[in-house]
Amino acid sequence: MSGSYLIKRLLWGVLLMAGVVVLNFLLIRLAPGDAALVIAGEMGGASEEMLASIRKEYGLDRPLMVQLGLYLADMARLDFGQSFYFNQPVTGLIAQRVGATILLVIVAQLLAIFIGVVLGVLAARNPGGPMSAFVSVFATIGYAVPVFWTGIMLIILFASVLPIFPVEGMQSVKLREAGIIVKSLDILHHLVLPAFTLAVIYLAQYARLSRASMLEVLGSDYIRTARAKGASEASVLFKHALRNAALPILTVAGLQFGNLISGALLVETVFNWPGMGRLAFDSILRRDHPTILGVLFFSAAMVVVANLLTDLAYRFADPRLRGRT
Amino acid sequence: MDESAQSPAAEAWIAFCHNIPALAGLLILLGIVALTLYGTLFYAGDAYEIVWAPHEKPLTESDFPLGTDYLGRDIVAGLIAGGGPTLAVGLCAALLTMVIGIAFGALAGYYGGWVDIVLMRITEFFQVLPALLFAMVLVTLFSPSLVTIAIAIGVVSWPQTARLTRAEFLKIKELEYVTAARAIGTRDRRIIWKVILPNAAPPLIVSATLTVGVAILFEAGISFLGLGDPNTMSWGLMIGMNREYILDAWWPVTFPGLAIFLTVFSVSLLGDGINDAFNPRLRER
Repeated sequence: MSGSYLIKRLLWGVLLMAGVVVLNFLLIRLAPGDAALVIAGEMGGASEEMLASIRKEYGLDRPLMVQLGLYLADMARLDFGQSFYFNQPVTGLIAQRVGATILLVIVAQLLAIFIGVVLGVLAARNPGGPMSAFVSVFATIGYAVPVFWTGIMLIILFASVLPIFPVEGMQSVKLREAGIIVKSLDILHHLVLPAFTLAVIYLAQYARLSRASMLEVLGSDYIRTARAKGASEASVLFKHALRNAALPILTVAGLQFGNLISGALLVETVFNWPGMGRLAFDSILRRDHPTILGVLFFSAAMVVVANLLTDLAYRFADPRLRGRT
Repeated sequence: MDESAQSPAAEAWIAFCHNIPALAGLLILLGIVALTLYGTLFYAGDAYEIVWAPHEKPLTESDFPLGTDYLGRDIVAGLIAGGGPTLAVGLCAALLTMVIGIAFGALAGYYGGWVDIVLMRITEFFQVLPALLFAMVLVTLFSPSLVTIAIAIGVVSWPQTARLTRAEFLKIKELEYVTAARAIGTRDRRIIWKVILPNAAPPLIVSATLTVGVAILFEAGISFLGLGDPNTMSWGLMIGMNREYILDAWWPVTFPGLAIFLTVFSVSLLGDGINDAFNPRLRER
């Protein structure tokens, strides 16, 4: 792996994130509505003099480009300013919540890939069989169900009919003082339904994709060779074939991260999961500009990092790519 | 006409008609569209009026087959009224997505070089931007209405179409008939829109149907969060408004969700059917 390639990718990623912030900064400032009025509204109304002092305090009286420049300079130090609504530093607000979102997104993604690939591989073993038909139907259904509705249906099911999983929040109040192991298990317990809800859409896609990808690979000569030398069926499927069929799955998994974050926003709202989704929703509704920009920046950063990791994983999985820059 | 010499479109249509899931998708979709357009002719009910006690159960003796919501509004009337906006926004957003995506992809794929680099960098930028979040920001900044929602969804979802179009253009522009067209002095603009684009149509049509489905889900998500126009009934809004009461009443959220699911499901069956119909290799199976 060449270091210069990694540095180039990182720089481009930073540039993309800065672009996201600049675009949204300009959009928010150029949109109808006065930020000073929003802040004044949170304080319960203000006179003309107070509005002027608010503008001065938040730097809203300066020219737009100066504001943007100052903002970018602060941003480089990861200072996203003071939230209008929560009246706290935005960086702190996000730091409290970003972990919960990352946990949800990563667990959902792993769950989706794992179950999806197993289903897809089993389906590819017998293209005309019942498993194959199930995967096709399931993939179409999984794609068509609104994610927030799946969540609501699961809440109805698990709150009243089968109360084995918590349907709300991330931790039980009564376990606040418990040890780290009990606490972790409690979080995992709370994670089951949100992660599964988010995984369902992508699970179906991975199943369909790995079925198609495996079917292609299973027809190749080296699979026949593996079979001829007497490798077991499991070894042929999961060792010889899957390694080669995995590349398209990896590509899609990387591209999917942005969508997963969008989905997480809805899932967090449904399950009251204390991640960035709720913060995003509140800040958008309250026109809390610094917080909106901070959330956008961190979401974009998650996508950039995920893409970079996918790229590295891709190079790991496909030795032919390793030397390239 | 001799059966062995049909146009590709006619052949595809015949293949489509033999595809039972695809036909089922088409029928379900037509049914849903007919219900939202003409439902009020058969079912007189106001979606916005409080007509009965809240949370009347479905399938009782009352006049409300699917019950009433938390305010006592008729759910069937809501489904009929909410379908129009959902479908309209889905269609318009998908159209916008296709227009932007095809324009970007066609120019990048055809011209290559720095045009390709610049356009693809912009595409990458929009792929990093968290789609739903950005759409939510756009909708709230520029007053929530059906038009803003459709535009916001279109603006965030075109990159995939652009990539697909670009890939098709890269493939097709090397073919002989394109070289021939260039050799007789056809202008670039004509080659792009009249020579290459029609030949790239089948995968783009399939992608368009998928885009309609995604756009409908997007609209539902935005309305569910309560960021849409609060005065226009839509399926997502119905779910969002009744969300607080799901443990008292399952039906006000279940039926709109089923409606969204059935619509997207039928659109996607249709898309699969078109894909199979245009793909001769799959057709023979």
